[in-house]
Amino acid sequence: MDFRARRFKANSEAALANPVLQANMKMAKGKFVDKRAISIKEIDDFEGTREAAKDLRNKVIENLDLWLEKFEETATARGATVLWAKDGAEICRHVVDIGRQHGIQKAVKSKSMLSEEAGLNLALEAAGIQPVETDLGEYILQINNNEAPSHIIAPVIHKSLDEVADLFEKTHKTPRKTEIPALTREAREVLRSHFLTADMGISGGNFLIAETGSVALVTNEGNGRMVTTLPRVHVVITGIEKVIPTLEDLATLMRLLPRSATGQSISNYVSVLTGTKAAGDLDGPEHLYFILVDNGRADVVGSEFQDMLRCIRCGACMNHCPVYQTIGGHAYGWVYPGPMGSVLTPLYTGIENAIDLPHAATLCNQCGVVCPVKIPLPELLRKLREKQVEKNLRPWAERVAFRLWAWAASCPTLYGIGTWFAVRYLKWLAGGKQSIPVLGTAPEWTKGRDFPAPEGKTFRELYARRQKL
Amino acid sequence: MRVALFVTCLVDLMRPRVGFAAIELLEAAGCDVVVPASQTCCGQPAWNSGDKASAAKLAKKVIAEFEGHEYIVAPSGSCADHIRTEYPVILADEPEWQARAVALGSRVYELTDFLVNVAKLDKVPGHYVGSVTYHDSCTGLRSLGIKQQPRTLLAQLPGVELKEMNGAEECCGFGGTFSVKFGEVSAAIAEKKCNNACATGAQAIVGGDLGCLLNIEGKLRRLGDEQTRVLHIAEVLTAKE
Repeated sequence: MDFRARRFKANSEAALANPVLQANMKMAKGKFVDKRAISIKEIDDFEGTREAAKDLRNKVIENLDLWLEKFEETATARGATVLWAKDGAEICRHVVDIGRQHGIQKAVKSKSMLSEEAGLNLALEAAGIQPVETDLGEYILQINNNEAPSHIIAPVIHKSLDEVADLFEKTHKTPRKTEIPALTREAREVLRSHFLTADMGISGGNFLIAETGSVALVTNEGNGRMVTTLPRVHVVITGIEKVIPTLEDLATLMRLLPRSATGQSISNYVSVLTGTKAAGDLDGPEHLYFILVDNGRADVVGSEFQDMLRCIRCGACMNHCPVYQTIGGHAYGWVYPGPMGSVLTPLYTGIENAIDLPHAATLCNQCGVVCPVKIPLPELLRKLREKQVEKNLRPWAERVAFRLWAWAASCPTLYGIGTWFAVRYLKWLAGGKQSIPVLGTAPEWTKGRDFPAPEGKTFRELYARRQKL
Repeated sequence: MRVALFVTCLVDLMRPRVGFAAIELLEAAGCDVVVPASQTCCGQPAWNSGDKASAAKLAKKVIAEFEGHEYIVAPSGSCADHIRTEYPVILADEPEWQARAVALGSRVYELTDFLVNVAKLDKVPGHYVGSVTYHDSCTGLRSLGIKQQPRTLLAQLPGVELKEMNGAEECCGFGGTFSVKFGEVSAAIAEKKCNNACATGAQAIVGGDLGCLLNIEGKLRRLGDEQTRVLHIAEVLTAKE
């Protein structure tokens, strides 16, 4: 496995140096933020609803095995087959097996982050099954040499209209179009024939409802409906933490999810799909499979990071994150970017494979205050930093520096002497100017800004002098 | 009211005048101010870097130094919150120390919050004249609810014109050690803050946390802006002209 998350720092600096990406991120900034701020006002008791959602998600996670068994029982009773996958490789194995069993040549897909975790498209291609992404954003990425999404709900937020126009002209070999409606029409025309010829549909699942054995899909483009009703085989791939007890719980979460994600009161489509096509049904799959995925989740249950499993994948944390807004999603290096990704990536791929991510946040807590299920993201990031120290994963120099500093700060006299010299040194460096352009002891600071000059004496010495007068 | 001033390590090192301004404001509000001489740092950099042992060591030091005082005030929302909210978490494994942390925490305040809500300062001593824009520092804002307090105090100065910036509540990119771990990203975020602040045309950017202010000032100077002043709220409230 290639751990791009290991190179976060280099990735982030490359993102800053990419003028096209910077222009695109600037265009995108604030759109979801502003719409969310307006739409949450429609709910009388938004804070109370967040609290209720947090409680119901906690209730499920605390008894996850029981709710999953309940879901398996009800889904099976409605004709579905429930399969379990412990990791991405097992997801791929299941889907390929299902494909072979039913003689599938083409699979249409609606958005599924789990298939990204598994690298499913490559596995399907290798098995001779053609995967076709039908979410517009995911489709754009697929025809751009299987580029990775940079956002969990707006996968091409990093691209401009111009870039998409170029890509469509090149891929579809049609005259270049520059209007969004014309581009979407062209994509619809291409995708229509795929919907009609595919014999397998693959979707994610926003929620699994234990009482009815249903999957709930929250979408905007309508492709999700096509994928889940037209082909004779439907495969749902989702994480084990997505189960909720009842349809009433779904109603609670649906008050929060679209508003937190895109600032919509409700998404264009909300589908609750239950069971296989019954006698007399006009559409629906003849075969329905649920692949319920662990891929690191079960280990988080009962750990100090359990709060993270409440996540309903709205993307509000990244939309509001000053770091994400500045560098985009690719720099984070795995499937999930932004604050939620900086927690999930080390938990799911190994803490040692994403050393930078828990530190790639200012801990401003803008993510924490907008999270619809009240996940204390800054606290979880800080706990991951603590884990790195416990596991001796921090650079030796950093650990020694902190110990020395803490020791000095515990001895006031020593500390006073140290700061006495430090301020004089900095003042001398400034050479009478307001600020220091290059600081050898903190080169990272002065890469992009000056270091303001100190006044030249410490408070403690000035105060002591004043007390003596 | 007897108040112990927690100076903060950044004020001690970089801007002693902010400490003296805080004393002047507290005295103007009728407080007896003491400054425990042995204080150094609250330990937040260690805690936020995952070094729990160092964080606990410094937390105990601060608790021992300050728990005998009626009120503890810091010219920083970030440091005040660290003592108030995080100390009980840091010392969770040591019930006796945790109890002392909780008892201390309820008496710890950010400066403007204390002046408005506890000391009820109604006559700000300064005479600042000019336009300012206010940056809401993250921890003060989102953890301690510091929003109206500095504005209430600024409104007492007839010469001050407050021009609110877009995104006043957005992070400036400082983030403590984040600023030296990911310097370029940090500075790029600071640039957005500077642009929003300068777009108001205000003569000074004012805030309540020195970390943010040094970050903003450093970026302004790098951008070639030598004119816009960057001031701590305590400096503005005690300015003599």
